[in-house]
Amino acid sequence: MNDMRILERDVDTNTIKFAGRDVHVYYGETEAIKGIDVDIEDKTVTAFIGPSGCGKSTFLRCLNRMNDTIDVCRVTGKITLDGEDIYDRKVDPVQLRAKVGMVFQKPNPFPKSIYDNIAYGPRIHGLAKTKADLDDIVEQSLRRGAIWDEVKDRLDAPGTGLSGGQQQRLCIARAIATAPEVLLMDEPCSALDPIATAQVEELIDELRTNYSVVIVTHSMQQAARVSQKTAFFHLGDLVEFGPTNEIFTNPKDPRTESYITGRIG
Amino acid sequence: MPGILLILILCAIAAAGYVMGRRKAATISGDDNRVLHSNKPFHGANVALAAFLSGVVALVASGVIRGVTGIADSANIMTTVLTLGAAAAAFYVTLGRITLDYRARNVTEQLVKGILIAAASVAILTTIGIVLSMVFETINFFNQYPMLDFFFGTNWTPRFQGDSDLGMLPLLWGTLYVSFIALMVAVPIGLFAAIYLAEYAGPRVRGIAKPLLEVLAGIPTIVYGLFALITVGPILRDYFAQPMGLGDSGSSVMTAGLVMGVMLIPFVSSLSDDIINAVPQAMRDGSYGIGATKSETVKQVVLPAALPGIVGAILLAASRAIGETMIVVLGAGAAARLSLNPFEAMTTVTVKIVSQLTGDTDFASPETLVAFALGITLFVITLGLNVLALYIVRKYREQYE
Repeated sequence: MNDMRILERDVDTNTIKFAGRDVHVYYGETEAIKGIDVDIEDKTVTAFIGPSGCGKSTFLRCLNRMNDTIDVCRVTGKITLDGEDIYDRKVDPVQLRAKVGMVFQKPNPFPKSIYDNIAYGPRIHGLAKTKADLDDIVEQSLRRGAIWDEVKDRLDAPGTGLSGGQQQRLCIARAIATAPEVLLMDEPCSALDPIATAQVEELIDELRTNYSVVIVTHSMQQAARVSQKTAFFHLGDLVEFGPTNEIFTNPKDPRTESYITGRIG
Repeated sequence: MPGILLILILCAIAAAGYVMGRRKAATISGDDNRVLHSNKPFHGANVALAAFLSGVVALVASGVIRGVTGIADSANIMTTVLTLGAAAAAFYVTLGRITLDYRARNVTEQLVKGILIAAASVAILTTIGIVLSMVFETINFFNQYPMLDFFFGTNWTPRFQGDSDLGMLPLLWGTLYVSFIALMVAVPIGLFAAIYLAEYAGPRVRGIAKPLLEVLAGIPTIVYGLFALITVGPILRDYFAQPMGLGDSGSSVMTAGLVMGVMLIPFVSSLSDDIINAVPQAMRDGSYGIGATKSETVKQVVLPAALPGIVGAILLAASRAIGETMIVVLGAGAAARLSLNPFEAMTTVTVKIVSQLTGDTDFASPETLVAFALGITLFVITLGLNVLALYIVRKYREQYE
């Protein structure tokens, strides 16, 4: 009981990174997100859980405006990052995405060498002044992505030649390389085997010290293992949002309880 | 009996064979599929295919026999008897073979496989035949004209009374020059059009623009040639060549090259568009997710991923450009000349092949036989390009997948 209190206090001290107020998302005529309010904290892993089609991935993609690339998608309401509205006209989605990195469901390394995969973001954003700087960024990112030891001897080999788990860690390292403040992960382990999943989960836990991490997952065990805060989505609504241990041990909403005990979903 | 009627009769026999084979299989099994090794349609198809194929083989064989032995078979009696006899015999034998355990399914699969192999062989054998016929005429030509003078001669002045200079360099130069200009026009425009269509255009624009672009590919090349002759040529002469003092010829390498380039745009754009669309959306998402702009994504992720296919499309366009004839005849003229001035009339290998073989020709003089040597040279060049394209595509594919 004492441990729990310490944990709660610890969570409470974190500042709010993302704040969503009355967010609606429409795909054409369909309303995928039906007005949700959410606060995502800094240096915390926040998990989005819920059955397929509940809108958790859609909401995640709102946070770095990836939905802008879909023609029929429309977002209303207000989402702020560090107090600034990210859907404001002044905000350039390209700059936003440099601050809010994203890792996708399927590992998607570029058809380039491992080095160039990591160097892609820093080069685009001009983060390295010299070749030595760039080498340094690449090494640091690969180390943070927990894959440096496996690839340091073959940085010139194509990234597509790695195994699935290595590819996903490469993609995480690629996202880290642009020095983002938030990392969004859309089911990052759904294409991986249990061993690779464990490696990625361990990595997510380490990333928490530097970043705010938001992860969408279908696996409730994974949410329980890696996250401090959990949000349960159902049919476009945010049903319940709170500390992970509370959601899993003492859910307030009957729908949350039904889902985590396996009755709906 | 005429051949077409014979084929029709064979079809009728085959149809009858299908019905009877099926019926016999039904009768001996008591209409119960489970006691038969093969389903009833296979028994029918087996009889039909055996009868039809035996007939066709006999038809071809009797033609060969007639050609080799020189038997006069004016009323086609021998052919008819052989063909129908073979079909009837195959019909009888296969129908008699039908039992409960007969593996008609396996036999039919083998027959189908044989038909497919035969179809593939026809294409390959034809290519070999074309090459061989050209090789023999080319050897004939080199017996009458020195090989070195042909490949390295810089003069092309055929005279039909004999004593001609038949150096192919001016023609090859014309071909390469025109193709080069055509590719300089077609590759950037076609590629940019493809990138626009695949990455930037909305579905409505794409729905209109893509078919319109493909209309270009359907225009016969002779029509392009007319366009070159009456529009592009005079414009280039009046507004570029004459004011700049580069000559006053209406037909020029530039004219033919530009128009040919326009002709090749849809080749490059349509193929590249398909290839760019085949690049997975996950690649683009990954790039956007890092904060890349659209053009950075296209330049650094999409195009490298699509590169092998794009190179293939370009080399395909190059093969077309090298083999193109009509636009050059009407656009570039017929004067064999080695010159760097793009506003002068030149000619290409294909045009000279046509002009050497048209009119009153005798297939023994070097002036005519040179066409075959030119043809095989062209064939080797395009073959080399295709091999190169395959090599590049394969090399990059290994690297990227």
